[in-house]
Amino acid sequence: MTVDAIITADVLDVPSSPVRTVRRRRPPSWRLAYALLLPSLLGLAAFTYLPVLRVAIDALYVTPHGAGGVARFAGLENFARVLGDPAFRQAALNNLVYAIGTVVPSVVLALLFALAVRRSTRFNAVVRTILFFPSLVPLVAAASLFFFIFLPGVGLLDYYLAKLGVSGPNWIGNTDVALWSIVGLTVWKNAGYYMLFYIAGLQNVPRDHIEAATVDGANALQRLWYVILPALRPTTVFVITIALIHMLTAVDHVVVLTKGGPSNATNLLLFYIFQEAHENFDTGKAAAATVISVAVLLLVSLGSLRGMEAGSRREA
Amino acid sequence: MRLDRHVGPALIAATVAAIAFVWATPFLWTLVAAFRPESAGSAGMASLLPDFTPTLSNFRLALESGDFGLYYLNTIVVVVGVLGVQLVTISLAGYAFARLEFPGRDTLFYVFLVQLMLVPSALIVPNLRTTVDLGLYDTLAGVMAPYFASAFGTFLMRQTFRGIPRDFEEAAAIDGAPWWAIVWHVLLPMARPGLIAFAIVSVTAHWNEFLWPLMVINDPANHTLTIGLATFTKGAEGAKEWGVLAAGTLLVMAPLAVVFVAFQRRFVDSFVFSGIKG
Repeated sequence: MTVDAIITADVLDVPSSPVRTVRRRRPPSWRLAYALLLPSLLGLAAFTYLPVLRVAIDALYVTPHGAGGVARFAGLENFARVLGDPAFRQAALNNLVYAIGTVVPSVVLALLFALAVRRSTRFNAVVRTILFFPSLVPLVAAASLFFFIFLPGVGLLDYYLAKLGVSGPNWIGNTDVALWSIVGLTVWKNAGYYMLFYIAGLQNVPRDHIEAATVDGANALQRLWYVILPALRPTTVFVITIALIHMLTAVDHVVVLTKGGPSNATNLLLFYIFQEAHENFDTGKAAAATVISVAVLLLVSLGSLRGMEAGSRREA
Repeated sequence: MRLDRHVGPALIAATVAAIAFVWATPFLWTLVAAFRPESAGSAGMASLLPDFTPTLSNFRLALESGDFGLYYLNTIVVVVGVLGVQLVTISLAGYAFARLEFPGRDTLFYVFLVQLMLVPSALIVPNLRTTVDLGLYDTLAGVMAPYFASAFGTFLMRQTFRGIPRDFEEAAAIDGAPWWAIVWHVLLPMARPGLIAFAIVSVTAHWNEFLWPLMVINDPANHTLTIGLATFTKGAEGAKEWGVLAAGTLLVMAPLAVVFVAFQRRFVDSFVFSGIKG
């Protein structure tokens, strides 16, 4: 079952009327319901809702370094400091390039992979496993492996490129190349994960539509473009959404491989936040940058909801 | 014309096989390098050919330089602790949303779903302050706490419970069984597929997690596998011990990889089922 299927099931769910005699013997169910929800609500309040509030408030205060520093209300000063920080602007720009550079090839590859291996043969099962496997590995472990792969001269990439007579750049040491090396790692890591959703989505494309198109003389490319892709629209919106969320919430590889360097070439928003909070101890800046990144996350989610609605309206 | 029909699929199969090979190279290299004797030198380290007598010395060195036993233990504590608490909170909340009627149910459900967008890693800064306030800084409990409640798990359990016909519960209720007995003896056993899917996704996510534990944990005695690996990687880089690096990375990846290969179908289904978690 896919998430799409879950959502569909949810929409179609018809509230069934409870049996009266059974209900009367129970305690008022709302009291029980709130009691059952309480543990979850406490957890969500402490680590999701209140933190959003808290970080929004923190962003308005400046706390001096060291113990005993008293926080001072500073209005939008932190935002001004963050937006005026060249490292932040670089991180924001990098993140945009990283997001587009990663999401587009990952999603295209995911679709192509899914089309290539959708039939269940033994060969395809092995290929699926290989393609999916990187997404199961910790991003830190992937980064450790890629440290050797990107190693100048003796590393895996340069070793085999040399056999082809090509000499590679310094993959993570060159400011023009480093971000693209991170992009490459991320595409390798995530494409197989997104492929799973396309494989599931392809199973829901009505077979007779494809057959009808074939009868009408559509070739494979036309069938893909006019029949399969439109039917996969919900999957695509969904995959792009989770892919964009990944772009804003996973920087383990940057922490291990490049520390945002060389000279901020691979700095990303979350890494910038991490550095301000964990290394520079500038809570005000970290808070302001978090507010900005949460705002972007919410925009992505709202955008995807609109994308899904537009899709369902078209179908209706 | 006839030839084209055979060449096309063969070409596709060859391309697919080539891409799969490229995709697998980092892992092939890890496997080969981890067993390669150190004496082979740095120059041929990248070779994918296992042209040597395998040795376990890289693993011995890895185990000596990193406290992997401790890292495994801490990671298992975190993973099991998070999952244990989650299974309780999501079953209770899922039951409430699926079966009980109360004012504000739909609103509350949407309030839950907001968490799906506000992924915890985006909130590391305020969450670290909360963790400090709760006295959980530098403890494994602090690593676990943000995940005790799961909107995704609640959603999953609500859907799973809704998929179970009410007849079973009604029969039990007429026999006078209280709600908790119904949940425990009737609903949860039938909800096993949902619980397993959630467990796989939760365990994978927390086994692999890095940034949050890195922020919360200071004491080396509390390091998890991913933090240990990051420290270890730095050491192996410095010493240019690529075989040791490969062996250490393999130690971190192996447990999940073995479980994955054994229960492949389940894993794949669970991940598709749960994509919403991201």
